Amino acid sequence: MNFDLTEDQTLLVDTVRDFVKKESPVERMRKLRDTELGWDRAVWKKMGELGWLGVMFPEAVGGAGMTFVEAGLIVQELGTTLVPEPIIPLFVAGSALAEAGSAEQQQRFLAPALAGEQSLAFAFLEEQSRHDPHSVRTHAHPAGAGYRLRGKKRWVLNGHAADVIVVSARSDGGEASADGLSLFVIDRSLPGVRVQPVSTMDGQKAAMIELADVEVGADRVLGGVGKAGPLLAALMDLGAAASVCEASGILQTVLWMTRNYLMERKQFNVPIGSFQALQHRTVDMFVEAELTKSVAMLAMIKAQDPDPNERQRAISAAKASVIESGAFVTRQGIQLHGGIGVTDEHDVGLYFKRMHILATLFGDDAFHLARYASLPSFSANL
Amino acid sequence: MARRAISAAAMDLSFSPEELAFRDEVRAWIKSALPPHLAAKAEMDAEFTHAEVMEWHKILAGKGWAAPHWPKEVGGTGWDAARRFLFSEELELAGTPRLSPFGLAMVGPLMIQFGNDAQKKRYLPKILSGEEVWCQGYSEPNAGSDLASLALRAEDRGDHFILNGQKTWTTYAQYADWIFVLARTNAEAKKKQEGISFILCDMKSPGVTAKPFLTTGGTPAFCETWFENVRVPKENLVGELNQGWTYAKALLGHERTLVAGIGISARALLRAKRNARDTLAGGRPLLDDPVIRTRIATLEVRLDALRMANYRALAGAKLGHAPGPESSILKLRGTEIQQGCMDLLMFLMGDNSLSWFNEPGVVPPREQWVAPGFNYLRAATIYAGSNEIQKNIIAKMILGLP
Repeated sequence: MNFDLTEDQTLLVDTVRDFVKKESPVERMRKLRDTELGWDRAVWKKMGELGWLGVMFPEAVGGAGMTFVEAGLIVQELGTTLVPEPIIPLFVAGSALAEAGSAEQQQRFLAPALAGEQSLAFAFLEEQSRHDPHSVRTHAHPAGAGYRLRGKKRWVLNGHAADVIVVSARSDGGEASADGLSLFVIDRSLPGVRVQPVSTMDGQKAAMIELADVEVGADRVLGGVGKAGPLLAALMDLGAAASVCEASGILQTVLWMTRNYLMERKQFNVPIGSFQALQHRTVDMFVEAELTKSVAMLAMIKAQDPDPNERQRAISAAKASVIESGAFVTRQGIQLHGGIGVTDEHDVGLYFKRMHILATLFGDDAFHLARYASLPSFSANL
Repeated sequence: MARRAISAAAMDLSFSPEELAFRDEVRAWIKSALPPHLAAKAEMDAEFTHAEVMEWHKILAGKGWAAPHWPKEVGGTGWDAARRFLFSEELELAGTPRLSPFGLAMVGPLMIQFGNDAQKKRYLPKILSGEEVWCQGYSEPNAGSDLASLALRAEDRGDHFILNGQKTWTTYAQYADWIFVLARTNAEAKKKQEGISFILCDMKSPGVTAKPFLTTGGTPAFCETWFENVRVPKENLVGELNQGWTYAKALLGHERTLVAGIGISARALLRAKRNARDTLAGGRPLLDDPVIRTRIATLEVRLDALRMANYRALAGAKLGHAPGPESSILKLRGTEIQQGCMDLLMFLMGDNSLSWFNEPGVVPPREQWVAPGFNYLRAATIYAGSNEIQKNIIAKMILGLP
């Protein structure tokens, strides 16, 4: 058992920390949230050069050959200043390519993204799916030597900008069946790909994507046709794990931001941090933030566990836990700031909004608690 | 602020094969060593009597496992933090009687750290063997959370002290052979913390009276203990005069990696699932109801998060790091979860939770002892420094609030 960072990990964390402090304070995200893209291609390129985008991917495709632990550490640090570059979509869509893609597919679609020259998106949510990655109506019909894709995907993170999109589609099986699902990799420029950019509450952008009879060749299938069910579940867990890590960075930031405010804000001639009611509330925030740091490590270590039950148990526990902790810390962060906390000019509200996005994406608490309770581990030793 | 540690190895959440083998050995031993009449009570999570606790204490002492955390030369095991955690968790998971902490976990370690050789020789072996039972004389009617304002006086009479005053919450004092007290030895000290000494007192001394009273859980766990002109030889002073507060405080951080009671809550959750499986509602097991499952899962997920924090504290302790912020939350959240488990068990009983110490058969055996535990465990967030005091400490020491 060991949770200390290795020398390489420490160096990595220090580099990211240095970057967010000097080059990406919340101010940068504020400026970008009003732009069409919502993030900065030059910064993305730099992240690629620094090796962050490829951190968890094989060296053969331009990655650093490390694991999700390192990816989680990066995401955690980026969360502290709400860095808007689409790194979570990259890690999730990129993992689809890395896990199921051929060497050729990886070179063509993954390598440019890892270098920061392109960006990726993962399109899996549909109107009826309600967090279930296996609830897919989008259809893949055999057409000639390839497939014709038809369906609608919703809330595709970075879908507004991604050069390459990984989409789930069904060629067989009932609406929520894990069987008969496939993953396709498509370019946004293909005929029939209709992208409607939408805004999300956290100031970022996403897209509703309609696939109106998009014709793709067989070379666009990732892995075998109809065999993507388990991978889809794993990708969702990876996204959930990344959300947990980012939330951990957010909660630490909101905790200390609030604590600092309590020290400087005076009422009744004293710092309001001297009031016991507020001290205890802050300690409650501290407890939740500290637990979140712990479940973030759990998520980092278990996100790629080869045993799906182990992985799902850990990720669902971490996600359900962070949703409760995140709601508490960000809500109380606003409450303890008082009126200023509800203004757009104060940062605490931005963290609150981002926390909501992270809580909802890749499964909310109801979804993860129900899944957790349905696993064999829940009924073990009874 | 940040505690940075650099490791050569990758993050790893698992216990080593040696540690797991150790756990299996402990588990097997408990199974063979726990006498059938205690195992039967453990099965029901029944409250153990003092005699039963001491019976188990002596069995553990016979194995050399009564005080795992003591140094080897005074009868400890030499186990590291991970093994002590696993050992403690196995005992908790098996529902064995919990040994009285006052000798083994409090006065023993304090004496090991601050006592003289004569005291160690005289007292430690009998604490270890269970031959002498200890109780704690800290709280007073007017000194609870504000412990340093305690009033029990120890007057210096040359070769002895004369003790006058009253202690309360002296848990199981009626069975104790000895009591350790915090007593005021200097009423003129500038700070009230500076005039306190740590003194050992024979419960058979003339002038000592212990009177038990019932807890809401129906057990005679609490006592009030009076001291009326009690003569205590000077050699019963531990450490230096007026340094008692410092010693007592030094003990607070002791065995922090065990205070969360992970095994206690894990056992309670397993019990909750079994009860939910065996309880029918409308002809169907409660456990099949998704609402019930989610309610259980909600608590179990909280326990998973705490377990992870506990593992971090454990891994840190093993590597010799000072306790980080993660260890400060263990008592706070651990006791909340323990209470949450009792709430859940009561909820699952439905109308049967109305029952209070009835004849066997009124409620199933699995439910017989839930209500007393539900009541008694209210103490968990009060004893060993109430959770509000814990929050005061975290607010000052970690968050640096004024």
